[in-house]
Order: sequence, then structure tokens, then C-alpha cells
Amino acid sequence: MVSFTLNGEDRQFDGDPETPLLWVLRDAERLTGTKYGCGIAQCGACTVHVDGMTRRSCITPISTLEGSTVTTIEGVEGPEAEAVQAAWTAIDVPQCGYCQSGQIMSAVSLLQMNPKPSDEDIDGAMAGNICRCATYQRIRQAIHDAADKMEA
Amino acid sequence: MKRALRSGSASLALALTLTLLANPIASFAQDRNPATGEASQPIAPPDEPSGLRPVSDFDQIADETERSIAIFQETGKVLQHPRCVNCHPAGNSPLQNMGMNPHQPPVQRGEANFGVPGMMCNTCHGPENVKVVGQSADIKSIPGNPNWHLAPIEMAWEGKSLAEICTQIKDENRNGGLDLAALVDHMAHDDLVGWGWNPGEGREPVPGTQERFGELYAAWAATGAHCPAE
Ligand code: FES
Ligand code: FES
Repeated sequence: MVSFTLNGEDRQFDGDPETPLLWVLRDAERLTGTKYGCGIAQCGACTVHVDGMTRRSCITPISTLEGSTVTTIEGVEGPEAEAVQAAWTAIDVPQCGYCQSGQIMSAVSLLQMNPKPSDEDIDGAMAGNICRCATYQRIRQAIHDAADKMEA
Repeated sequence: MKRALRSGSASLALALTLTLLANPIASFAQDRNPATGEASQPIAPPDEPSGLRPVSDFDQIADETERSIAIFQETGKVLQHPRCVNCHPAGNSPLQNMGMNPHQPPVQRGEANFGVPGMMCNTCHGPENVKVVGQSADIKSIPGNPNWHLAPIEMAWEGKSLAEICTQIKDENRNGGLDLAALVDHMAHDDLVGWGWNPGEGREPVPGTQERFGELYAAWAATGAHCPAE
């Protein structure tokens, strides 16, 4: 039995301890905002926050999360998340949308650690989030917009 | 005309998509024999099952300096193995697999040798190796260790000769301030060093055992810690 906090609530999982967090979220918790893209830490679609840091949930066994705090796209909040949400909708960043929960979780984490990122900082933070619709330019723009909004 | 243009841009989009998908996948390939597609196995010389000779093998070298150098050269089989050099790169990104290819995704060193905000090492590397199942013939596990990080740039080994590495690891200004005894202890007991012998499924371990590696370092220190000539 693994006990952890999920989006502010105490949760427990008593299935196979090797189950990746992604499948605990999607199958057990029915939180389907977090997506499966590759299953091998190469695409970023499954990004969540664990104890305040980005984590690829597809390769994170639930057994390693005893006592951890997990935040998903459904639960992320705070000034950075609000600014990102507003910036994302203002310029319609998503195309198909599949990669976007992961993109947003990485973008929020970047802004939490670096409120005024340069293009280079953004490229570094987002390097592991692939978008097959190639919305990269809008993602970068929206992160700058969110940073400006937070500063204002 | 309009239709032709549209289908032209559609096929460009498709080509882009395929490139995006194909590139990371091509570079996923782990330790693979290109001829068979099979994961390669550690190959030890027939007279040395573990691939790393014990200290006693060097007893017959009468000259102490020569013995010290020979022992150090034996440890070079580990130091210069891609499994070690991949995280002691000369640049600002780690390498991966036996071909020492650029790490995918293209992560950066960052100020603390732990990645950059939004993309730290522990975004993917957890406290232990994680087996992945049913994904690909090449990717069998994601490596992990509680202390996973890149060696600082002053500890870069990529592209260096064994003589250069030897001088460097003895230099307290470039080895994290370790004196010889602490260096021996680090080689013999550090858990992240030890990962080299336990790199997770689908990866070739460095030769020998950490215990034997530690004994070689102790013997090297005891014989004056001499380095090979440049
Ligand atoms: S699904 Fe986790 S990184 Fe692709
Ligand atoms: S919006 Fe379609 S994959 Fe990114």
C-alpha cells in the first residue's frame, strides 16, 4: 500500500507497486488529463509535479512515491499556473492538444523556478516535451507572455 | 492550385512529424549489436571472467612505480568505459549508450550539474533503475540512482588520455577536494560510482566488481599513486 498526496488530497494505492504513476492517475484515479505518449521518458506528455519538481509519470513506479506530493494538470494552481492558463488561451497555443498537459506542467515548473526566463531558458526547460503539431513557437511566446503578466 | 498547395503543406507537415518521431527513436538505441539487433553482452577475455584483473596479478612487477602504473591502467578499463564517460562529458550535455551519442532528450548540464529549471535530472532519473516493459526491443530500463547527476566540468574525462585522467583525479582542485584516501574510498564505496556495475537491464556494466575496483585503487595508492606517462 502506497500513501501519497494527489492534488491536495490523501490517496492510497494498493495494486502492483511497480505500476507507473501514469497508470495510477489514469486508471485508478480516473484523472485522464495526463497523457501517455511514449512510456520511456522521451516525449513529456505524461509530465506531472512530484514534490514541486517535474516528473515523467510513465517511468515513475508508484512504490517510489510513498509520502510524496503529486500534482497533475487537474490540480495545478498558483500565480504561475494562472498566468500560463491565461497566456495559453489568449493565443490558442494548442493544435490537437495531446501534448499540452505535459507542456503546461513543464512551463509552470519553469516559471516557479525562473519567473523571467530567456528563450534559452525556455528551450532548456521544454527540451523534453515533444509536440507533433509543432506548436513550439506559440509555446515559447505564451511562456514569455505569462512571465510578463506575472511581472505586471 | 489551391488543392495542390494544401496537399503540399499537408505532406510537409507529415514529413515534419515523421522526422520528429524518427529522430528520437533512432537515438533511443541502447547497447545494440547493429548486425543482429540484439542487446550486446559484456565480453570478458577468456582468462579473466570478470574482465578486471585482481591486485595479485600485478605482484610479479618488481618495480613499485611500474606496478603502480600498471594497476592504474587496469582501472582505466572502468574509467574509460562509456558507462562512466557518458556522465563525465567534456561538453554541457551528457552522452548515452555504448556509442556515446548525445543524450535524448537534449538535456543541459545547468549550474549544479543537475539540469536546468523545468528539466532537472530527476525529471526522468529516479532513485533506482526502472524496468520498462512492452515498449521497444532496445529500451529495457531507465537508469536511476538517488544521487544521479553529471560530473562537474573540471572532472570531464571525455576525449582525455588515461594519463590525463590520472593526473586530474589526483588533483584536489579538480576532484572535489578529495585526498588520496578519500579518493580510494570514493572509488570503492560511492553508490553512484557503483551504478556502473548495476546499470539496469539492457545496458552493459563496466568490467569487474566495485570491490575489485576499490582494491586496485587501494593498491595503486599504496604503491605511490603513480600515473602513466603522457
Ligand atoms: S509518456 Fe512519459 S515521457 Fe512520453
Ligand atoms: S498540440 Fe498536438 S501534439 Fe502538441
